[in-house]
Amino acid sequence: MAEEIAAPRQILPPPAERYTWLGWIQKNLFSTWYNSLLTFITLGLAYALLKPFLTWLLEQANWEVVEVNFRLLMVGQYPPDEIWRIWLLLYLLAAVVGLSWGVWVRGRLALALGLLLAPLLLALLPIATPSARLNLVAMDLVAVAASRMGRLGGPSLRRFAAWSWVIYLVLVILVVRGFALTPEVMPRVPTNLWGGLLLTCLLTVVGIVFSFPLGILLALGRRSSLPAIRAVSVVYIEVIRGVPLVTILFMAAVMVPFFLPSGITIDRVLRAMVGITLFSAAYLAENVRGGLQAVPHGQFEAASALGLSGFKTMTRIILPQALRIVIPVLMGQFIALFKDTTLVVTIGLLELLGIARAVLAQPQYVSYQREVYLFVAAIFWVISYLMSYISQRLESVLGVGER
Amino acid sequence: MSWKTLPVFTFLVLVALLATACGGGPTAAPAATQAPPADTSGGAGDTSPIVETVIVTVQVPAPAGTPQVQIQVAQAPGFGETLAAVQSRGNLICGVNGQLPGFSFLDPEGNYSGFDVDFCRALAAAIFGDPSKVEFRPTTTQERFTVLQTGEIDVLARNTTWTVVRDTELGLNFAATTFYDGQGIMVTADSGFTSLEDLEGGTICVQKGTTTELNLADAMSTAGVTYTPAVFDDVNATYGAYAEGRCDAATSDKSQLVSVAKGLLPDPDNHVVMDLTLSKEPLGPVVRHGDDQWFDIVKWVIFATFAGEEYGISTENAEEILNTTENPEFRRLLGVEGDLGLKLGLTNDFAFNVLNSVGNYGEIYERNLGEGTPTFIPRGLNSLYTEGGLLYSPPFR
Amino acid sequence: MQITRPSRSGRSTPFWRDERYLALLGQAVFLAILVLLLGYLARNMLANMRQQGLGLGFDFLKLTSGFDIGEHLIPYDRSSTFQQALLVGLLNTALVSILGIFFATLLGLIFGVARLSTNFLVQLLARGYIEFLRNIPLLVLLIFLYTAVFIKFPRVREAVMLPGPVMLTNRGIAIPWAIPTEAFSIFARFLGIGLLLALLVYLALKIYERRAGRPARALLWACLIFIMITVAGWLLAPAQPLALDPPRVEGLRLAGGRQMSPEFMALLVGLAIYTSAFIADVVRAGIQSVSRGQVEASRSLGLNTLKTLRLIVLPQALRVIIPPLTSQYLNLIKNSSLAVVIGYPELFHVSGTILNQSGRAVEMIAVVMAIYLSISLLTSAFMNWYNRRVRLVER
Repeated sequence: MAEEIAAPRQILPPPAERYTWLGWIQKNLFSTWYNSLLTFITLGLAYALLKPFLTWLLEQANWEVVEVNFRLLMVGQYPPDEIWRIWLLLYLLAAVVGLSWGVWVRGRLALALGLLLAPLLLALLPIATPSARLNLVAMDLVAVAASRMGRLGGPSLRRFAAWSWVIYLVLVILVVRGFALTPEVMPRVPTNLWGGLLLTCLLTVVGIVFSFPLGILLALGRRSSLPAIRAVSVVYIEVIRGVPLVTILFMAAVMVPFFLPSGITIDRVLRAMVGITLFSAAYLAENVRGGLQAVPHGQFEAASALGLSGFKTMTRIILPQALRIVIPVLMGQFIALFKDTTLVVTIGLLELLGIARAVLAQPQYVSYQREVYLFVAAIFWVISYLMSYISQRLESVLGVGER
Repeated sequence: MSWKTLPVFTFLVLVALLATACGGGPTAAPAATQAPPADTSGGAGDTSPIVETVIVTVQVPAPAGTPQVQIQVAQAPGFGETLAAVQSRGNLICGVNGQLPGFSFLDPEGNYSGFDVDFCRALAAAIFGDPSKVEFRPTTTQERFTVLQTGEIDVLARNTTWTVVRDTELGLNFAATTFYDGQGIMVTADSGFTSLEDLEGGTICVQKGTTTELNLADAMSTAGVTYTPAVFDDVNATYGAYAEGRCDAATSDKSQLVSVAKGLLPDPDNHVVMDLTLSKEPLGPVVRHGDDQWFDIVKWVIFATFAGEEYGISTENAEEILNTTENPEFRRLLGVEGDLGLKLGLTNDFAFNVLNSVGNYGEIYERNLGEGTPTFIPRGLNSLYTEGGLLYSPPFR
Repeated sequence: MQITRPSRSGRSTPFWRDERYLALLGQAVFLAILVLLLGYLARNMLANMRQQGLGLGFDFLKLTSGFDIGEHLIPYDRSSTFQQALLVGLLNTALVSILGIFFATLLGLIFGVARLSTNFLVQLLARGYIEFLRNIPLLVLLIFLYTAVFIKFPRVREAVMLPGPVMLTNRGIAIPWAIPTEAFSIFARFLGIGLLLALLVYLALKIYERRAGRPARALLWACLIFIMITVAGWLLAPAQPLALDPPRVEGLRLAGGRQMSPEFMALLVGLAIYTSAFIADVVRAGIQSVSRGQVEASRSLGLNTLKTLRLIVLPQALRVIIPPLTSQYLNLIKNSSLAVVIGYPELFHVSGTILNQSGRAVEMIAVVMAIYLSISLLTSAFMNWYNRRVRLVER
């Protein structure tokens, strides 16, 4: 609504500076003597770093280890007969993303094309099997179709799109685990078979979904005027933030069984998820608190003057504004969470990094650390970068931080 | 209501949710142990009376060899708990190393195989008559005892050395020794090292939290050799560092060294295990204190594999012997005569199932560590007592 | 007990609708549930431990450890106690954290400034550096650095000598180091006197500065005096107080100089560059927070780029930088626990060994968490103090 009212006069950008390419080089690289020096130093440094790397990459690197173990790296020991579930989830993801794109973002053709290109590029990789290629291309089609639908539906689909995300996230867990309708259809896949990138993503998703509400509660608790609640929240947040994640994971892995009555055990993947969630919630709480502090006090007073109840003031007035302010920080937090899931190798779970280490134990691939870890790093890099890039774009599209 | 009280109520809701989540835990998690609802034990919740009963019954231990132990006799509260849990769950959860070729190793297809793994399968065969009803849980050295203590696994078959501290303070019971080992030191063949003194000033790779680590410190200080330990978390890290020349030597149980040299290192012939033994390392499956029935089961399944080799009963002829044999000892072992299996809480044919599907000790050994395998280890002490080894099964009677 | 909103209507409200009582009641219920929950968990734990015959207590820390630790800053061997082992781990954590913070800050400052450089190539390099490191997990970086870089250095017998002389091997990196000779005690006295004098001069000049209201360059003078006395001491000492100890190979090991194991190097380098990328972003944000007018004003006063940065921009940016910088430092300290994966014997690694050898899981986890928590609280207390100081100077 705000956009329609405050449609500003179009502000023209300053005239673009034009240079010849020589002029550009002169301006940007050799403007002063020390700038020239810096340019040469940088060039030298880049050469020294990149040359051995590129020669290795082009001449020595042998990616056979990744090719042979590709499935292991992606889904761990997940039963091959059930891998169609992962594809199903990917299709659904494409649909949900496409729908949301159509509903909220529209336009932004370059970015959209970039997103669509990603699966196509994956399909072009030599590792991909023909069926995987087909699937990847089909995913793109699904995404395009969904975004068309979202466009046609327009704002009326907003609520639906938002809910589709929630449903999707629940579905992820259900489908991966299986709900054993009959022994043949969707049998349970025990968590000890979850692994690779799949497990990394699951840990991240669960961590985000559950730490978010918990973090908001803790942030509210810390701002509460009730001393008992405030004290408990403060102690929780500070203690969790004061210790490394590995100790929390270790506690979740080793100590939790001690705390439960004998005979009851919690699955260890679940325990890792709980550990990550509890850890992440403390950090999230501090981020949300920052947002809450940034909401001007007048908003409380205004809501109070309108006769809104405390609960309504919080959920309808304050939190939406506070969360809007902290979206960039939260995205950063989620990216950090994604990267932090690697720490579960310390408790013996085989997520992407853990599987990579297991692969390197195969005698024929013992000395392929560079290839395997570079591959793992590349996956993490691409996903994190994509997450942060999309969040930046969305911020500007949604006008976060501007009002 | 003020918004300030909002967190209170939401927290309450959350606590309630958590409580239900925890309550739903065992059913939700496929790997979880189901608490047997109607059991001889005091139930899941009340734990304090358990303690007192333990103290009482500990004073009247039943000698392992006596077959007259009756199940009806008042037993410690943990008695029978594990077997009941395993049976109601429908599979056995076995803690293994997972990184040692020949003992327990995950191949690229995602299956486990090895010497320790086969004993887990034997146990599953004894309980269910089906060696495949076992779930393998790779454990790290750090967590191996805790996961056993807390009941996350039913038995730990993970090249674990039998020591006094572990048998007492850590609350563990070593069922029987399946592999008699000694700690050795592996060096590269071209180094020419033959004694501890040659390693003066060197670096030695060792795995964290093992008896090996302690033995090394003992041996080196006795020999007066200064060295630097490089301590790693798991098998892969330890031998990875060794293979890269980070260390002059790596130390562990000799079986592990051979397994690693032959199965994990890229140049198997370039590594030799020095001709010296730092310690005794009896390795075998471990169970936790408090369930004597389960302890007996694991013990006697292992003895059944010993006896099977002694009597020459193997996967090939088990069925034939079962139908034809007149030898009373064979008949008792295979469950044709008597009810030894029932006394353990199993079926009478448990030993037959073990020998028929997994095989006797000799077969298990040959399959995983025998001459034809890449991880060949001469049997040495791990031969039957009749052949100069230490394997000796108490009588099945 | 804090009462939030006075009830306006006084007595007429029944107490079950009175917000004050409700608030009290809510808190009481909340606390009761919390206490019950914790009590229940604790009871379970004690019961479980008793059932296994496990004890609870910290006496075991005085027992003999029985294991060796590769790197120790204090004397330690297999006959030392668990307590001493823990201390060795703590000191190793402190060493790598302090060095890591130093290098991370240095690199972060460089790349943060470079990120805003007008030189396109420099900017590109800085951006590449930051974006690369920010988007990979630290653990992957550490494992990569260890298994694919530091451990792939030449073996001891083929050690590579770099000028310096710095020795590169996969047993570690050795740099030349000075070892004190017998004349060192005399030199040490000179050092002490120099330090004392420098301090006195510094204080005197500071007081003068405040009285006279003119800059007296107290730090400069103090440093000069200290250097002069040090040089004099060096020359006056009967023999060279410090002898250079170049690294060399001796048998199976590196000898001489200061040696740093590959585990230490991988951890230090990994922590430093990873954190530096985040610090660079903090620095960049801090610099960008200084309004452009400040830079323009200082340029028009005739200050050059370096002076503008040093005297105008950085001091103002510092106020914005310090709080996030603190959390980066804390992250670095906490992240040092990841060394457990590459085998550097820091606190978490050593405590894992102790846990395993003693079987005391609950106690060790409690000890380790308490130590990390105190380190975190101390560090943030120190940084808060520093932050207040910077603020006072500014305003």
